[in-house]
Amino acid sequence: MKKKIVSVQDFESDDPIAWCPGCGNFSILKALKQAFVELGKKPHEIAIVSGIGQAPKTPHYLRCNAFNGLHGRTLPVATGIKLANHDLTVLAEGGDGDGYAEGGNHFLHAMRRNIDMTYLVHNNQVYGLTKGQTSPTSGLGFVTKTSPTGSTSPQLNPLLLAIASDCSFVARGFAGEVEHLTALIKDAILHKGFAFIDILQPCVTFNRVNTFKWYADRVYPVDDGPGYDSSDRITAFTKALQWGDRIPIGIIYRQGRPTLDGQLSAITGQSLVTQQIDSESFSSIFESFK
Amino acid sequence: MAVDVSIRISGQAGQGIQSISAIMGKIFTRHGYYVFINQDAESRIRGGHNFDQIRVKDQPVYAIGDKVDYLICLDGNAVDSDLPDLDENGIMIYDGEKSNFQSGNSHHFSIPLEQFAEQAGKSKIMVNSVATGAAFALMGFELQPLLDRLKEEFAAKGGEVVENNQNSASSGYRYVKNNFKGISANQIPTGPFKKQKLLLNGSQAMALGAICSGLKFYSGYPMSPATPIMELIASVTDQYNIILEQAEDEIAAINMVIGAAFAGVRAMTATSGGGFSLMVEGLGLAGMTETPAVVVVAQRPGPATGLPTRTEQGDLQFVIHASHGEFPRAVLAPGHAEQAFYLMAKAFNLAESYQTPVIVLGDQHLNDSYYTVDHLALDQIPIDRGSIRFDDQISSVKDYKRYAGQETGISPRILPGLSEAVLYADSDEHTEAGHITESADIRIRMVNKRMRKLEGIRRQMASPKISPSKKSDIVLLGWGSIYGAIKETVQLLNHEGIDAQMIHFSEIFPFSAVPFLTNLKKKTKIFAVENNFTGQFADIFTQQTGISIFHKILKYDGRPFAPQEIVKQVKEQI
Ligand SMILES: Cc1ncc(C[n+]2csc(CCOP(=O)(O)OP(=O)(O)O)c2C)c(N)n1
Ligand SMILES: [Mg+2]
Repeated sequence: MKKKIVSVQDFESDDPIAWCPGCGNFSILKALKQAFVELGKKPHEIAIVSGIGQAPKTPHYLRCNAFNGLHGRTLPVATGIKLANHDLTVLAEGGDGDGYAEGGNHFLHAMRRNIDMTYLVHNNQVYGLTKGQTSPTSGLGFVTKTSPTGSTSPQLNPLLLAIASDCSFVARGFAGEVEHLTALIKDAILHKGFAFIDILQPCVTFNRVNTFKWYADRVYPVDDGPGYDSSDRITAFTKALQWGDRIPIGIIYRQGRPTLDGQLSAITGQSLVTQQIDSESFSSIFESFK
Repeated sequence: MAVDVSIRISGQAGQGIQSISAIMGKIFTRHGYYVFINQDAESRIRGGHNFDQIRVKDQPVYAIGDKVDYLICLDGNAVDSDLPDLDENGIMIYDGEKSNFQSGNSHHFSIPLEQFAEQAGKSKIMVNSVATGAAFALMGFELQPLLDRLKEEFAAKGGEVVENNQNSASSGYRYVKNNFKGISANQIPTGPFKKQKLLLNGSQAMALGAICSGLKFYSGYPMSPATPIMELIASVTDQYNIILEQAEDEIAAINMVIGAAFAGVRAMTATSGGGFSLMVEGLGLAGMTETPAVVVVAQRPGPATGLPTRTEQGDLQFVIHASHGEFPRAVLAPGHAEQAFYLMAKAFNLAESYQTPVIVLGDQHLNDSYYTVDHLALDQIPIDRGSIRFDDQISSVKDYKRYAGQETGISPRILPGLSEAVLYADSDEHTEAGHITESADIRIRMVNKRMRKLEGIRRQMASPKISPSKKSDIVLLGWGSIYGAIKETVQLLNHEGIDAQMIHFSEIFPFSAVPFLTNLKKKTKIFAVENNFTGQFADIFTQQTGISIFHKILKYDGRPFAPQEIVKQVKEQI
């Protein structure tokens, strides 16, 4: 077993928290810190990239390297960081609007690239920070100020999308199950490749439909073991289709395939950032132009 | 004898016009000449009407000529469309068997290009090599250097391709030697043969400048005329340990660049105006998070898709103002390939020294045109990584504030993961520690901090190039790729006894101090020459100097200026 060399105190941040009391984000933050501690990761070994929204404030509330960028643009920034310094443990984090609406295209391509990082989506099925508009994961008929007569498009199923994109690690967590979520985050970080967790997160202010109780009544764990084979894509599709009375949480789909960062000859040795610039090495570069 | 010869190779897309113009251009360069090659191409893969024009001179040359001395027609249509541009003593090579054109002019040489291509080269697509061989014979060049060049060019495609091209070129060469004995019009004297000077286009120069500056990360999305930059870098990633990732769109490209630069490597992207429109929010992110990012914008006529393969200088005001909010940036616009190489190096140094985005503005005319360059010197591109610390002590640094450094605006930099410190970068307004803030006081301090860097950058901007330096009655004012055209315009005017000088800007924003103003006489007439409709640089010049510009020579048909065109317009207005 790995020795615990860090404690939760190492991850405490003094930045005052700007979430509503009772927000599901608190539990996600707790699970995240706990996962880092249990993995023995030191704060400076981690870089979290976040977008804009309530969820993306998370990295300010723990001690680690953080890049709080633009709404929807977490994954490309995280990709750049990982490729420049693959020694860092890189995570991207944002809301459902950030990841599935504004950043949807990047999500597809990050899965395809299979770069080694973890992507956490705090899915509260609503736009929180901007005070309650409809999100791509809002249920059909969901009423907000931008859809006063109810949302007319069915909700996006991020897990199905991920499995269809051959994402190498697809999971769902629930903010109300902190221990389960901690274990998922640890597995995701340890996974070699792009690991995606959609985290059901009650929004106490703007989502009065999908409340803490609504989720708690429905979620059940799928255990990756004799009963459920997460490496089977068809099984995973079937499981991911389930939504309504019963909602599966856990690792839904997992498969090993080459990572982007693992295939690049430039970083088979040292990380890019530790390679010094050597002007001498360019001395013959002009020859083919003569 | 002064040499100034223009050779036009005309035909359809897909006939290999560009490959033979580059082959010929290099041979002339090896013979000691200076070459300028411009491309006039349609946005299509096959067919249509395209040409490349090679200007060969015994002096450095940076602009197109107004007359064609050699016209090489690879198809029948080229005869009709291009013959009017041929000088009255000019030489034409065409395939009389494939065109209805009949000529009694002894300078029009009908050569069975297609028949030779099929016989000697085993394929119709070899007409370009047959024609090149024929042209070299007419110009009075030896065959061997051409055969050697073809071997170099096609070696990667295998021995058979090399042989077919060589046989084609030889058949064209021999046909001329055997059939047109005693013709010696427009011959180009051949000097000693050396591999010394370089032949490169603006894109290649930019890519080389970036690589030699220690580029480690490139991300981009293909868009003409910027794509060749990406392709050249992609061809050497393994050699120089560079990572190149083709992004899903330009938004991703610039955000990846920002991620890589935040993590501490030199990173860039390149695009054209349309792609840059998508990058604009990311540009502001680089400004706010104080992340060095180098962005090449190779302009083409817009808006929207515009004329994808043609040229314009229509995005200057756009790149200077792009993004909401205020933050420092630099805009550099090289005048020719050699300058493009050095300005890329400067772009990286400025970006890292001032921790902010730097834009290098090219255009199709600069990026696709080939220039002979005497020499590129690695020791003239010092690498200045600004305030980044790599020393041994950093590993023990624990407390670090990413946005400290109010006095100069420049924060000390420690890279994530290389010390025990952690750092926060934020696109929200932030404290020195990088956390989100709503404080009015901190907001003011942070805006001041960032904008202070603009003054630092301003001090780094080079003065415009003024030539000749003595006060003149007429000033031709230009920027970026217009360099060659106005430089030669001035020479032509001076030659006619008209007192004129060039003032050319290649480091444009922030607008630097104006020592050259003392150079202007009261009665000096300033002519702003630009490839756009509004005279974008002229407006900046007036705004910054208070000097009004009453004469503008503007061109926005997607084509570059020939110096003679400018001469004519100047004369009309004086
Ligand atoms: C380009 C851009 N468009 C819109 C916004 C405004 N905006 C900020 S957060 C947000 C949505 C927040 O919802 P979500 O991503 O689900 O995060 P949550 O606040 O629910 O955690 C929007 C629309 C923005 N910051 N940038
Ligand atoms: Mg949300």
